[in-house]
Amino acid sequence: MSILVDKNTRLLVQGLTGKEGSFHARNCAEYGTRIVAGMTPGKGGTTHQFDGLQHPPVPIFNTVAEAVAKTGANVSVIFVPPAFAADAIMESADAGLALVVCISEGIPTLDMVRAWNFLQEKKTTRLIGPNCPGIISPGKCKIGIMPGHIHKEGQVGVISRSGTLTYEAVDQLTRRGIGQSTCIGIGGDPIIGTTHLEAIKLFNQDADTQAIVMIGEIGGTAEEEAAAYVKAHVKKPVVGFVAGQTAPPGRRMGHAGAIIAGGKGTAAEKMKAMRDAGIHVVESPADIGAKVEEVLRK
Amino acid sequence: MKIHEYQAKEILTKYQVKIPRGRPALTPAEARQIAEQLGGAVVVKAQIHAGGRGKGGGVKLAKSPEEAEKLARQMLGMKLVTHQTGPEGKIVERLLVEEALHIKKEFYLGIVIDRAIGRPVFMASAAGGMEIEEVAGKTPELILKEWIDPTIGFQPFQARRLAFGLGLAAEQVGRATQFMTALFNAFMATDASLAEINPFLLTEEGEFYALDAKINFDDNALFRHKDFAALRDFKEEDPLEVEASKYGLNYIKLDGNVGCMVNGAGLAMATMDIIKYAGGMPANFLDVGGGASAEQVKNAFRILISDKNVKAVLINIFGGILRCDTLATGVVAAAKELNINIPIVVRMEGTNVARGREILAESGLNFTVGENMKDAAQRVVELGRGVVTQESPVH
Repeated sequence: MSILVDKNTRLLVQGLTGKEGSFHARNCAEYGTRIVAGMTPGKGGTTHQFDGLQHPPVPIFNTVAEAVAKTGANVSVIFVPPAFAADAIMESADAGLALVVCISEGIPTLDMVRAWNFLQEKKTTRLIGPNCPGIISPGKCKIGIMPGHIHKEGQVGVISRSGTLTYEAVDQLTRRGIGQSTCIGIGGDPIIGTTHLEAIKLFNQDADTQAIVMIGEIGGTAEEEAAAYVKAHVKKPVVGFVAGQTAPPGRRMGHAGAIIAGGKGTAAEKMKAMRDAGIHVVESPADIGAKVEEVLRK
Repeated sequence: MKIHEYQAKEILTKYQVKIPRGRPALTPAEARQIAEQLGGAVVVKAQIHAGGRGKGGGVKLAKSPEEAEKLARQMLGMKLVTHQTGPEGKIVERLLVEEALHIKKEFYLGIVIDRAIGRPVFMASAAGGMEIEEVAGKTPELILKEWIDPTIGFQPFQARRLAFGLGLAAEQVGRATQFMTALFNAFMATDASLAEINPFLLTEEGEFYALDAKINFDDNALFRHKDFAALRDFKEEDPLEVEASKYGLNYIKLDGNVGCMVNGAGLAMATMDIIKYAGGMPANFLDVGGGASAEQVKNAFRILISDKNVKAVLINIFGGILRCDTLATGVVAAAKELNINIPIVVRMEGTNVARGREILAESGLNFTVGENMKDAAQRVVELGRGVVTQESPVH
């Protein structure tokens, strides 16, 4: 099984006609994701065809609400430029979509503050991202920019703030013959929708997820909060890694959220909290796959 | 993005945040002139992007314009070392000359985004003038906090709660809440990531001032504040980091000797970590991004090796959008053009990896291939130390 996305996902792509959107949406469609609608203001009434794919033409709408009403889309993915991305998130939430995946990178923090508070009031929409690779349930549905071919259907849930580091971890698993139920890139920004904690809750409830990989990084306290939950509620084995053990304080390490500020958010603190919670923490990112194999054998 | 104190104050005054009278000075004569115009005692403050200036001798009181000129002569060009500059310190190139005020009490005010709550948080403390990290660590109960709903903004009752919490007298509360509201307005209007007034000063005359001011801007929002570009002081930044930013590369210089080039911030951090785990130290953080071109890879390489501490380079790429053949082309072009003679270890995985390896092999250059992250890290650390001479050429 899997969480959040599967064969029943009917995807709406916000920004489908743009360069990024059309490129990545095509890859998603090729993987088998059902793309039912596109949204680009001003291009409503047209259709989008994926070159060289057997996929039916995708109708484009001017608004998310119309796209949802006409196509029954239940998940949206956002590939719009950062200046318009927070608005796109709120439009999806307003249209009642249960899940919104925002890939866009570089959204102003105060825009996200407003969008996040809007989502809190609505209470009906889960956001993944922004500034994330997306979500994939291998063999069923891929929403995002991750290379599909490195994944394998299986029973390990993967949660990570980063893109390529997630691919690294997934590749280590797949090479060992260990498949994944769902892999979620939750995003590297200071304000994100789905946190480590919420993703862990979902994997914990999923009967077919047998182990969880949690990849954190410096900045904030999300890893500590997830660790506290694991300690109290999670019986499944959890393998963890925290990137940024050698990062200097006060410097933003690429991701807007990856910064040790005011002495808080260090890798050492996070690793300690995770170890105290019984999480199998590896110090080297090369050991993630081997550690999962080890805990699954027990 | 960071700016100087005098720039922060110029911005704050536009939003009715009260600041001491004063102006920046580039020469001792200018400092004297400003002091003459202000009349009375002045404070001469070194303008560098680091805190702790007072303790380092970068903030001094002058009782006369002559003394202001003398102090300015001492300070301009001096190397100021504080706990935030590191041992190498920073050269003082600019001063702020301000009227000296009669201090009654010093407080702390600060606004940041609380990422766990997803809202701005306004902090106030009666322990003003101190390092707020120290206060937060030892006596967190002395920091008052108000979380702000972005749809309704900072409300007067919240400002009053902070003001009374600071122990202010009833007749001072009105002015303090005005000051706090103005500071919050400035924070929101400028897309700041941090606005800090430390100390927030109450004078003998009963007025409130921003005696010091620090504002950092959200880099993601700079596109809607085009005028802020002029506030950037390139001399405060590492020259290699400035160079890298021109090509859209994310580079941060560190102290080790193993240069690294990686795609993606998380993997870049993890690569630094594994270098340390293998017994070495990373010379930098460098994220070439998701969709780097061969040209960008070449520039990244050039910047990476212009750090003279770099003794070996590890290239770690997980090709998703950035294809391994694009990367290999860029690396080969850079190695040939720049005549690189330090060891290079390449670890590639993902999209078009076979073609990427071929390009490296056909180049005739001597690259070491890492089988995986661990192997690559061990090899590059050994090569950086110079203990291993045998290199496995690409096949």
